[in-house]
Amino acid sequence: MENQLNVKSEQFEDAIIAPVIDKIVPSLEAALADIPDGATIMIGGFGNSGMPSALIDALIAQGARNLTIVNNNAGNADTGLAALVGAKRVRKVLCSFPRQTDSWHFDRLYRAGEIELELVPQGTLAERIRAAGAGIGAFYTPTAYGTRLAEGKETRRIGDRDYVLEYPIHADYALIKADRADRWGNLTYRMTARNFAPIMASAATCTVAQVREIVELGGIDPEVVVTPGIYVKRVVKVATTLRKAA
Amino acid sequence: MKKLDRKQLAARLARDIPEGAYVNLGIGLPTLVADHLPKGREIIVHSENGVLGLGPRPAPGAEDEDLTNAGKEPATLLTGGAYFHHADSFGMIRGRHLDFAVLGAFQVSVAGDLANWHTGGADDIPAVGGAMDLAVGAKQVLVMMEHLTKDGKSKIVERCTYPLTGARCVNRIYTDLAVIDVKPDGLHVVDLVEGLSFEELQRLTGVSLKKFLTAA
Repeated sequence: MENQLNVKSEQFEDAIIAPVIDKIVPSLEAALADIPDGATIMIGGFGNSGMPSALIDALIAQGARNLTIVNNNAGNADTGLAALVGAKRVRKVLCSFPRQTDSWHFDRLYRAGEIELELVPQGTLAERIRAAGAGIGAFYTPTAYGTRLAEGKETRRIGDRDYVLEYPIHADYALIKADRADRWGNLTYRMTARNFAPIMASAATCTVAQVREIVELGGIDPEVVVTPGIYVKRVVKVATTLRKAA
Repeated sequence: MKKLDRKQLAARLARDIPEGAYVNLGIGLPTLVADHLPKGREIIVHSENGVLGLGPRPAPGAEDEDLTNAGKEPATLLTGGAYFHHADSFGMIRGRHLDFAVLGAFQVSVAGDLANWHTGGADDIPAVGGAMDLAVGAKQVLVMMEHLTKDGKSKIVERCTYPLTGARCVNRIYTDLAVIDVKPDGLHVVDLVEGLSFEELQRLTGVSLKKFLTAA
């Protein structure tokens, strides 16, 4: 019995020497290769801040169609999410704020009836994503009570306030942009580029992070890890020069 | 009478934000308030996209695409500021931690109903952002708008005809003509622009107003 334990212990030590957890994938193509048609994909970002543009470009090249996209917006100008929408790969968008001065791709398809919209108040969108990642079955929120966006939904008076019942949003994939990662998938972010990424990472079956830098294990101070690696399946390094905001 | 221009309206509202307040400034007109917060008064501005301690617009050339405000414009962070993710940001809002939310409006009703997200037009693409969360979540909701529409109709109405953002959520209305408190017993006028009489404001507004002018 004692010997068996020793054998196992030695095997375990061997396993540590040869990394068994290595979430770093060599290319954007490899990171997205298995996304099927009809997938639900969360895409991080608030406008262009935190948008995983390299992953979105790779998704366009990969060719998956009939997608359901969860993002705060529905794309700006002609790049990133707007390009994915413009390429007619998206069947439905869940977002809080599609209408922008430069959301012409979404606007055109929406007016033509070629894209479906589920409009969700921003805080409800965030909480529905968080709930999915945290195993919550549904929740009551005061947001949108008495408005058009609560029509047809269950409501309940709790104490002296009225609430609307909202359900979690799960996704097959989350594509997010982070700043630094290690091979276990621990992530940090830069400033407001964080936005939806940590909660989306928790709500998807397969989370793919494009990062600026990959560091050795221990290279990220454990006190400052924002997204622990348990939520992350794949990490891909993208050559980034920090672009200035428009 | 002297209508306030956009900057004067922003400055009038900013004057009422006290030291130590946590405040969210909506996109559009309310964003201007940031430029007029009294110097030397420590006020912490919250931005939906995960910021407390939002600073002024950066100098040209110093913009960083990873740091924006809720209007997606380049921003800065004050010393002592903090970043957090979206669920935390809206937890702060709904959890009644913000002292003030300043929001624009199409219409406000006498009961304090707010309409500011959708005209209801068939061809209008609806977009709500964080407005509904701010309307129910902030301790005080301050509306900032022009008093009259372009064709001279009052934006303060008996009942909102545009789709609601929130019911009975507005505490105070700042317009280019007056400052009006929304109270259970009706609308109290607390300030008027120079040269405007209460009677004239009443005529322009249509709905019943009460006179509670304070020495301004």
